[in-house]
Amino acid sequence: MSDPLLRVEDVVKTFPVRSSSLFDREHAVVHAVDGVSLEVMPGETVGLVGETGCGKSTLARCIARLYPLTSGKVWFQGKDISNLSRGDLRPVRRDIQMIFQDPYGSLNPRRRVGSIIGDPFTIHGIGSRKEIKTKVQDLMETVGLNPEHYNRFPAEFSGGQRQRIGVARALALRPKLVICDEPVSALDVSIQAQIINLLIDLQDDFGLTYVFISHDLSVVRHVSDRIAVMYLGKIAEVSTADDLFGTTRHPYSRALLSALPLPDPDVADSRERIVLVGDLPSPTNPPTGCRFHTRCPKAQHDCVVTDPPLEPVFDDPPTHRTACLHPLAVGEDLALAVPHIEDSEIVADDTTEGGAPLTERS
Amino acid sequence: MALLEVRDLRVAFNTPDGVVEAVRGLSFDVERGTTLAIVGESGSGKSVATQTITGLTRGARISGSARFDDTELIGASTKVLQKIRGNRIGMIFQDPLSSLHPYYKVGWQIVEMIRAHDHRISTAAARQRAAHLLSLVGIPRAESRIDDYPHQFSGGMRQRVMIAMAMALDPDLLIADEPTTALDVTVQAQVLEVMRNLQEQYGTAIILITHDLGVVAEMSDEVVVMYAGAVMEKGARRTIFYDHHHPYTEGLLASLPAQGDIGARLTPIAGAPPSLISLPAGCPFAPRCRYAFDLCWKETPPLAEVYDDPTHLSSCWLSSNREMRHLDREHADETDAQAQAAEPEEWSA
Ligand SMILES: Nc1ncnc2c1ncn2[C@@H]1O[C@H](COP(=O)(O)OP(=O)(O)OP(=O)(O)O)[C@@H](O)[C@H]1O
Ligand SMILES: Nc1ncnc2c1ncn2[C@@H]1O[C@H](COP(=O)(O)OP(=O)(O)O)[C@@H](O)[C@H]1O
Ligand code: SF4
Ligand code: SF4
Ligand SMILES: [Mg+2]
Ligand SMILES: [Mg+2]
Repeated sequence: MSDPLLRVEDVVKTFPVRSSSLFDREHAVVHAVDGVSLEVMPGETVGLVGETGCGKSTLARCIARLYPLTSGKVWFQGKDISNLSRGDLRPVRRDIQMIFQDPYGSLNPRRRVGSIIGDPFTIHGIGSRKEIKTKVQDLMETVGLNPEHYNRFPAEFSGGQRQRIGVARALALRPKLVICDEPVSALDVSIQAQIINLLIDLQDDFGLTYVFISHDLSVVRHVSDRIAVMYLGKIAEVSTADDLFGTTRHPYSRALLSALPLPDPDVADSRERIVLVGDLPSPTNPPTGCRFHTRCPKAQHDCVVTDPPLEPVFDDPPTHRTACLHPLAVGEDLALAVPHIEDSEIVADDTTEGGAPLTERS
Repeated sequence: MALLEVRDLRVAFNTPDGVVEAVRGLSFDVERGTTLAIVGESGSGKSVATQTITGLTRGARISGSARFDDTELIGASTKVLQKIRGNRIGMIFQDPLSSLHPYYKVGWQIVEMIRAHDHRISTAAARQRAAHLLSLVGIPRAESRIDDYPHQFSGGMRQRVMIAMAMALDPDLLIADEPTTALDVTVQAQVLEVMRNLQEQYGTAIILITHDLGVVAEMSDEVVVMYAGAVMEKGARRTIFYDHHHPYTEGLLASLPAQGDIGARLTPIAGAPPSLISLPAGCPFAPRCRYAFDLCWKETPPLAEVYDDPTHLSSCWLSSNREMRHLDREHADETDAQAQAAEPEEWSA
């Protein structure tokens, strides 16, 4: 087996936040990513799914070294890049590129698309003006844009075409790893399919490796070889796409899968729905033990104190790892589960989302 | 008679770039106690249409009719509309923060809303009703949360507060405009369940606006598929998913990532939706349609019964002729390669 292109080892990223709580005004910290380990093989697509604020984008930015890590390591092509200086990072930055969700917000409206796509060449001092123009027009052609539109402004393009501009810019320096952060979430389904096809084709043509972030499980399932499900800064379950859907082990993964509305009335009418109670706890003050215990239909006493390791459960292969003390057996019905846990044991805010701290009542 | 009957609704805005024809002849019925889903890509006129019906569109040229339980809403006085809104038609929007006042306690806002429509109710009784509503939509400790401000609720909870508010006066019709689009799937599942339960309990009719075909499959009785301001197809839920007729509906469903077939290329609809300024004659979907033929470019097809089924309507020249559609399917498969080649089609602003 070849070596991984990317290895993420116990990465932690915290952000200090201003808390309005009376007690820990000084110490409030958002645990955005809290000990994530992950490997990505060359040519592979690894999907990251999870609800808003679970740390997907933060992890992506840690990998691309757009954020300094709080702790942990990121290895790229066998090299530890976690503590590289700005200068030493330059070659790495060429190899790791990002594509973002918002094709509107991420493009400067006052600049012509030719120069936007050519940015990476200019920044890295590659080629004369004329050479850059040729390269940019080649790129535009590659991603399905008309090269004659070189001098147009972003506003003159549709949403799907703007996403193509973002893709062209990311591809300019022939990266090895492309991190796609919700690349199709802002697009209508018919356009979404165009962009997914483009990404699939480019992977085949250029041997790209993708980390693909989306909250849309059906999209992630479609493009990914392996999928990691995140919850509150941690990986709950990671496996091949087939195993995740076929042999779902983590109660949170199961709940996520069952909540996905399927465009098929027969399936929609007949399948079991697991509706989780409560809200996502605040990452400023995550629950003790297993972070999912405040909402988990299978929670037991030990879940409140023990943080489960991410490892194979039952007779799962080493590629399928689950962080749960009471994982789901094959055929087990989560809808029948009853949590053996007292309300008073649940120690977490039930009110806040994202990084917003619980405020005092007035 | 249906609870709401919309006929040939047209809404146009004057803009510096020209006249935007946001809604171009929309007709549909909503039956009591049922859910009508309006589905379509962004900009297809879903929000403008429903906002116009409830009298919330400003500075537009409006024509057509919307009869709500014997009252004509188009052209009705502000007084009439205000009375109907909230009282008989509840509304929830995509972004609940935009409709909740940030400086007032959530409970107070619901109480005011109840009292504005029911002058005889005491504050204490209205407050009790507000707390009851909050617990109905699944807000824990409703009695105390009633004194919280909107920012103290998470996105999913705010949306539930909005539903509570929209349901406060037990309306006959609830218009929900992308109520779960901004929410995560597990929270979306909670909110959809609340809507389902309330409909069961109170028999409320729902217009559910969404672009998510999964949500349509889960929630609707009837479906209206909109494109470029007009109805492309209308039918019962199962008809739309399993026996649809319109090429646009077919294209929408085909572009979804399928179960199985992982990693395969998808089947998008080529091109992008048209600009709504000076839309040319003919079928608005023609530039992206794999079945388009001469007539489609010249004349706009009427919304007509599909194979003589009065409950299934399609706005397509191939709507009445099963044979013709079959022939054309074969023809389309041949020309598919061409459509694919034209995939990143010109987008004309
Ligand atoms: N710069 C920052 N300062 C403070 N908190 C932050 C910062 N960036 C992210 N966070 C917090 O870290 C957590 C993880 O955020 P992140 O953006 O990684 O989530 P995500 O999984 O990408 O969510 P989404 O699906 O909404 O994009 C959230 O609680 C967020 O509020
Ligand atoms: N106040 C307005 N002035 C001009 N154009 C508008 C206005 N409101 C909406 N539109 C246009 O009308 C069309 C339909 O909009 P909308 O109903 O919001 O679409 P949807 O809800 O289906 O996404 C869009 O092209 C939009 O830009
Ligand atoms: S460890 Fe316990 S609380 Fe966590 S997912 Fe497993 S059963 Fe649920
Ligand atoms: S009328 Fe013509 S162009 Fe329009 S949907 Fe039918 S076949 Fe396609
Ligand atoms: Mg993100
Ligand atoms: Mg809208």
